[in-house]
Amino acid sequence: MLEKFTVIRGRAVPLRGEDIDTDRIIPARFMKVLTFEGLGQYLFYDERFDEKGNPKPHPLNDPRYQGATILLVESGFGSGSSREHAPQAIKRAGFRAIIGESFAEIFFGNATAIGLPCVTLAPEDLGVLFQRVEEDPSLEIEIDLVNKEVRFGDRVAPLFLREEAREALVEGLWDPIGELLEAGELLDQFDQKLPYPRRAE
Amino acid sequence: MGKTLYEKVWEAHEVRKLRNGQSQLFIDLHLLHEVTSPQAFGMLKDLGLRVRYPHRTFATVDHIVPTHDRTEPFQDPLAQSMLEALRANTREHGITFFDLGSGNQGIVHVIGPQLGLTQPGMTIACGDSHTSTHGAFGAVAFGIGTSQVRDVLATQTLAAQKLKVRRINVEGKLSPGVYAKDVILHIIRHLGVKGGLGYAYEYGGSAVEAMDMESRMTLCNMSIEGGARVGYVNPDETTFQYLEGRPYAPKGPEWEEAKKRWLSFRSDPDAHYDDVVTFRAEEIAPTVTWGITPGQAIPIDGRIPLLEELPEEERPVAEEALAYMGFKPGQPIKGVPIQVAFIGSCTNARLSDLREVARYLKGHKVKKGVRALVVPGSEWVAKKAEEEGIAEVFREAGFEWRMPGCSMCLAMNPDRLEGDELCASSSNRNYKGRMGSPRGRTVLMSPLMVAAAAVAGEIADAREVFGVVGAR
Repeated sequence: MLEKFTVIRGRAVPLRGEDIDTDRIIPARFMKVLTFEGLGQYLFYDERFDEKGNPKPHPLNDPRYQGATILLVESGFGSGSSREHAPQAIKRAGFRAIIGESFAEIFFGNATAIGLPCVTLAPEDLGVLFQRVEEDPSLEIEIDLVNKEVRFGDRVAPLFLREEAREALVEGLWDPIGELLEAGELLDQFDQKLPYPRRAE
Repeated sequence: MGKTLYEKVWEAHEVRKLRNGQSQLFIDLHLLHEVTSPQAFGMLKDLGLRVRYPHRTFATVDHIVPTHDRTEPFQDPLAQSMLEALRANTREHGITFFDLGSGNQGIVHVIGPQLGLTQPGMTIACGDSHTSTHGAFGAVAFGIGTSQVRDVLATQTLAAQKLKVRRINVEGKLSPGVYAKDVILHIIRHLGVKGGLGYAYEYGGSAVEAMDMESRMTLCNMSIEGGARVGYVNPDETTFQYLEGRPYAPKGPEWEEAKKRWLSFRSDPDAHYDDVVTFRAEEIAPTVTWGITPGQAIPIDGRIPLLEELPEEERPVAEEALAYMGFKPGQPIKGVPIQVAFIGSCTNARLSDLREVARYLKGHKVKKGVRALVVPGSEWVAKKAEEEGIAEVFREAGFEWRMPGCSMCLAMNPDRLEGDELCASSSNRNYKGRMGSPRGRTVLMSPLMVAAAAVAGEIADAREVFGVVGAR
């Protein structure tokens, strides 16, 4: 049974920056692995550590945000490479959801498929949320996927999430493999009907 | 109301609707490489599943391959283990694997078309965002994550959401010295790196129709850099001429049947588009990036924008880019010294790319102090380039002639930038740290512009360096 995401509560890390690409989220050299295990430690590695491995000032290194489970981002987050290693690293670093202004297509799909909700707020609400979290890192945030709103302090902001993704997350259908397999013999019909490349004898 | 190619292909491959409203989409052709597949095979095993239709999956190794010495075991044991995992997984599941030395190994998006695996009207998926390249043939091709690689292996389908379609016309005639790479950089510069979110891009217009297949591949390749997961060109006579006789293309009576079927996928003249944008080919100059996103680009004779010239929302990234690149607002891009020149990648490492550069490079020398690499896209491209004397032209000029792979484009192999080296590159991404050094700098451009930079030792106008005839 997959987890049903209804309300996600937690503190957030504010990560400013537009168009943050997946190479920044997880540099390619850390993808020389056969499993996703342990990827969390390399999250934003080159932004968090210098070439000698010493920590640099970065929200993810800031003790005030330790233990936060929501990642706060701006627009165009997750652009570039299709590497699922990026959302996997975020999830394995302990994050349960991402709130932003917009997400790159492939990143959004990959994150949803591994049960990492990416929800969108209107720019004004997102701006207020960033400001509040930066002022008070202990601020508790509630992402309510059922009532489609994000609550923090005295504020209630409508959240946006593609309906099919929201439904998949709320109903615990975000990993589609079970449902895809149900198609059974229908798949054989398509395999027989649609041409595939064959090398001439 | 007519339909677009995208809609027709979608309808032909929609198996059924899923409970959350998404479609279950059948994937005709699945391509694998060593980086994004091992976890998928692991998940398959955990679920006790097999590859359902192994005849629809083809694999090669490209990202981690050293390009200077392929002696096994590789110096990097992690790279070797990834190669071994792909060998074992493809063997176990009966998947065709184009291994090193097979004559068909290469960058996955170079070998698909070259072998005739990529065909019009297909749905094509691969765990790599540059899968959009295959759209050049009128296929609906897109990158997927590893969990979806698992889904395709197990069911040959995935859960997908239909995109909107934006028609992008490029009308007129490209000037000499201006290539498909300049066209796509120009498009992204104007529509932005987020402009394509939610869209498939259909490229057309007289300049696109006049392009050869390999130029169309360059164009479609970088759709994802514009935010569009899918980019395609309608199939035509140019497409068919390219495909005819390729190892996996239909033969004999099947060939004529296939052509008829392929033509039926073309967008109807009265198709509805969610958006239409038109560019003039004559207005496109050799284009280069100056920043850390592919949208931060200017014509070669342009200046890096002043912050106040940019829309407010673009200024923070522009400031970040200026600081990272070490550039000043308003400075010309021409004349910036380079340390590395790289011709390669799934964007620009095909035979026609190398031929075009060799045509001009003959008799020129790489500037002293510049490290210049050319990495052919596949073993076949490398072989043809040797036969045609192209490889020798590069070597003679002072380029290192390497073996096929992704090389420096993403530096998952020994090829990488050091420190804050600046690289003139024919690849597709100028992200921070992309080429392997956390401070390394990438300036994207066409292969001929890379050659010009290598010769001049600085960012230069290829039309001037090589005296391109008829150039403005």
